[in-house]
Amino acid sequence: MIVASKKPIEEIIETVQGSKRLLIVGCNECVTVCEAGGKKEVGILASALRMYFMNQGKDMTIDEATLERQCDKEYLEEIKHMVPNYDTILSLACGVGVQFMAEMYKDKPVLPGVNTTFMGATLDRGMWGERCAGCGQCILAKTAAVCPVARCAKRLFNGPCGGSTKGKCEINPDTDCAWQLIIDRLKALGRLDDYDELMPIKDWSKDRAGGPRIVVREDIRL
Amino acid sequence: MNQNIELKTPSKLEKILKSGHMAVTSECGPPRGSDADLIKKKAEIIRDYVDAINITDNQTSVTRLCSLASCIHLKLMGIEPILQMVVRDRNRIALQSDILGAASFDIYNILCLSGDHQSFGDNPTAQNVFDIDSMQLIQTVRHMRDEGKFLGGDNIVRPPKMFVGAAENPFADPFEIRARRLAKKVRAGAEFIQTQCIYNVPKFKEWMKQVRDMGLHERVFILAGVTPLKSVGMAKYMKNKVPGMDVPDEIVKRIGGVPKEKQAEEGIKICVETIQELKEVEGVKGFHIMAIEWEEKVPEIVEMAGLYPRPKV
Amino acid sequence: MYVVGCMEGDCRFKTGNLRAKKRVFQAKEILEKVGIGGDRVEMFNLSSGEGPKFAEIATEMTQRIKALGPNPIKSKHVKKAA
Repeated sequence: MIVASKKPIEEIIETVQGSKRLLIVGCNECVTVCEAGGKKEVGILASALRMYFMNQGKDMTIDEATLERQCDKEYLEEIKHMVPNYDTILSLACGVGVQFMAEMYKDKPVLPGVNTTFMGATLDRGMWGERCAGCGQCILAKTAAVCPVARCAKRLFNGPCGGSTKGKCEINPDTDCAWQLIIDRLKALGRLDDYDELMPIKDWSKDRAGGPRIVVREDIRL
Repeated sequence: MNQNIELKTPSKLEKILKSGHMAVTSECGPPRGSDADLIKKKAEIIRDYVDAINITDNQTSVTRLCSLASCIHLKLMGIEPILQMVVRDRNRIALQSDILGAASFDIYNILCLSGDHQSFGDNPTAQNVFDIDSMQLIQTVRHMRDEGKFLGGDNIVRPPKMFVGAAENPFADPFEIRARRLAKKVRAGAEFIQTQCIYNVPKFKEWMKQVRDMGLHERVFILAGVTPLKSVGMAKYMKNKVPGMDVPDEIVKRIGGVPKEKQAEEGIKICVETIQELKEVEGVKGFHIMAIEWEEKVPEIVEMAGLYPRPKV
Repeated sequence: MYVVGCMEGDCRFKTGNLRAKKRVFQAKEILEKVGIGGDRVEMFNLSSGEGPKFAEIATEMTQRIKALGPNPIKSKHVKKAA
């Protein structure tokens, strides 16, 4: 899923303070799972902002809504009737949802409430880790399902580098060395010989280096 | 001249190694400014005691005068440079371009490296590149030299003639694949290796045995890295704070056991003893002395280790 | 407001009191940042048999709140109503 974390409230206050009628919209999917922008977080944030602005003596209406997803027009349409009542929308969805919201409600400023970070998974309650960098050409078959693009700080294809220490990356003793993980898994699968293969130079044009990307399925389109 | 030597490049380092001599290389770190005299002075101190001099490439991700320009300065002084090139900061276009830049000044040696992560340096918020990795850079230089072509397929006018090297760290984890990784680098086209500095001689010997078992010592010239310790503080720092460094307790104890004023001298002694011991290890074809900010000690070390004068080829 | 939980390590729900503690601290932080003051919320630990301690905490909290004065929003809210 897409993992995000809450923006500091000081930053949010800064960006919304010009508003008189604010709608905070959450998302029921990824940001709910990583506890950054779901219904609960919307409630807490709305409450906190109401307290702040009341304390400032400011007259501000702050309302809440949570959509199933913000990356689908069908769900964004559900608040079609509410939106004209507000001057600003604060979306707690990931960067995708914020932009999609803005594309649908063109005449409303749409502000982000979370910092969208990576594609990852829940490692433990309260901890999420990056797993996929969206490079566009998956090589997990060659690396025993451990991704060197997302999990190696130097995205080496023929790692590890000389800084790998006791299975950890040189940049942080808490960060696993991706290549240690790859080697361990290859060993466990009895395929350590795969390690000897020289991985070819990556085609980064399939990654964001090639420009903003689009996926098309002609067989589905009319 | 030995008629049996097949030289691929005009590199003096290649010639010395292929003639059967022990090679000695050292390195200089460029200044944090544009005063070339600073690097020239360092190189001048060691020029007669080594066969070639590495110039580091923004080592530890700290921004410095670039390796390429420094190498050019050395070349113009008549010193044989080794261009260190990390893949952290440049994409394949810039890498190939800089290789040509070096070749245009007849720089004949290159060391292909990953590079320390930028979080260690003075620009931790910078983007890193890693368009290709160090293994692929080795392949790239060999491709440019031997096929005379760019990665994109076009022909190169006056292809670079470079003796291609890489680094290997016998002390990094996982230890069990370090010899295999060397094998990969050899298959990628590495012709000489400089190792991370050695304090743990038994572990290095263990690695060398694995290397010999794979026959790699005959396919690539291995230069053992050494660094003289200045003080017990430095020993402890290297032991605890530098990733991939193995400094055994005995070494720390030994240098810590002498009075402060004598520690530098003891460090040099340890370094020379290490070289003497490593000379006996089959497959070690030379030494890479890394005495960063202590270049003035290199002549002494080379002499005491019985490696002076350097052969004339 | 104060939250009372069992002694750490004695929670019947194992980590309920630990989670509560973290949430209370989160609430304190938010209240501090929005200008209400984090001291108005607190977490205390005691066992169900410690009646006197419970009274002690109640007194402490009451005194603390009295010292802090009324919730700043209250006055602004009242103004608005007027």
